[in-house]
Amino acid sequence: MSNELVLLTMVGMGLVTFLPRLLPAWFLRGRKLHPFIEAWLKYVPVAVLAALLLPSLLVYDGQMNLSWSNLYLWAALPAGFTAWKTRSMFATVLVGMAVVAIARLVL
Amino acid sequence: MINSNFDKISFVKRVLTPALPVVLGYIPVGFAYGVLGVNAGISTLNTILMSIIVFAGSAQLMATGFFAQGLNPFSIIITTFVVNLRHMLMSASLSAHMREWKKVEVAGFCYELTDETFAVHSLRFSEGDTSSLPAMSINLICQFSWVVGTILGVLAGNLISDVKPFALDYALPAMFIALLILQVHHRKHVIVAIIGAVISIILWKIGITQWNVILATVIGATLGAVIETTSNKRQPAPLVEVENE
Repeated sequence: MSNELVLLTMVGMGLVTFLPRLLPAWFLRGRKLHPFIEAWLKYVPVAVLAALLLPSLLVYDGQMNLSWSNLYLWAALPAGFTAWKTRSMFATVLVGMAVVAIARLVL
Repeated sequence: MINSNFDKISFVKRVLTPALPVVLGYIPVGFAYGVLGVNAGISTLNTILMSIIVFAGSAQLMATGFFAQGLNPFSIIITTFVVNLRHMLMSASLSAHMREWKKVEVAGFCYELTDETFAVHSLRFSEGDTSSLPAMSINLICQFSWVVGTILGVLAGNLISDVKPFALDYALPAMFIALLILQVHHRKHVIVAIIGAVISIILWKIGITQWNVILATVIGATLGAVIETTSNKRQPAPLVEVENE
């Protein structure tokens, strides 16, 4: 593929990425929504974060890994505990990274 | 009015505290993308431009493979569309908080709406910090770090450097753990989170690897909304509703 065609393809990719990011906010923001839709949108953050998170913890190299070798999964326990106790994103990230780094050194 | 509380906190702290974990995660992932991009035969300039024009981690990583295979542009664009369609739900769920914003601010903010920036803003907005300038600054810092990571990766080229000893690859998963837990306020949230997570991984396992997040989110949020609206009906109806009927 020529550099020009790659660039054109990327512009297309940018457009189909940008529009779904923009249009819902653009058209919904000034609008009074049905109470059910309003309730629905309130649950989207929790649902989508959970739906993104679990596969990212369980899947490694295209395979589901539930064994002790899956550090991502087991480090989630101290990280989650830290989040629950401290309510701090930063502390959670530090604890999570520290646990993974130490486990990699030791194991 | 709500925002006045946040004006007392220094702007730098208000922007850097939420942005820093994303930056920590984006630099190594952007780096990995940069390495893969030039190794896939994409020119240095185009590899960097993709981080500016598209700014979507998983789609960009996937695209490097597609460009290397010489897949046709149309298929690459359609796949990108499908992979990034989940952002529609995120954009919709933040929309109510952008009521007072200028159109150009909405456009600028949404251009940089990724999984990670969404996760950060859904918490900030729900806590009442909804003014546009700090939100846009956070997004700008995040994309900047993504581009910096890409440039470093492009410069490193085939010289694959290992970020694993520093566990930087765990910055984003840990951030998602925190942002999920911080947004769970009652039992209905717990149910929605568990349902969303379990459906997402089941769909992934049976081979629905592109649509699993969207489908799981729609099902989880619908369940939450159904529980909420039916449990409200069981309570004594407020006077206003009686008057409407």
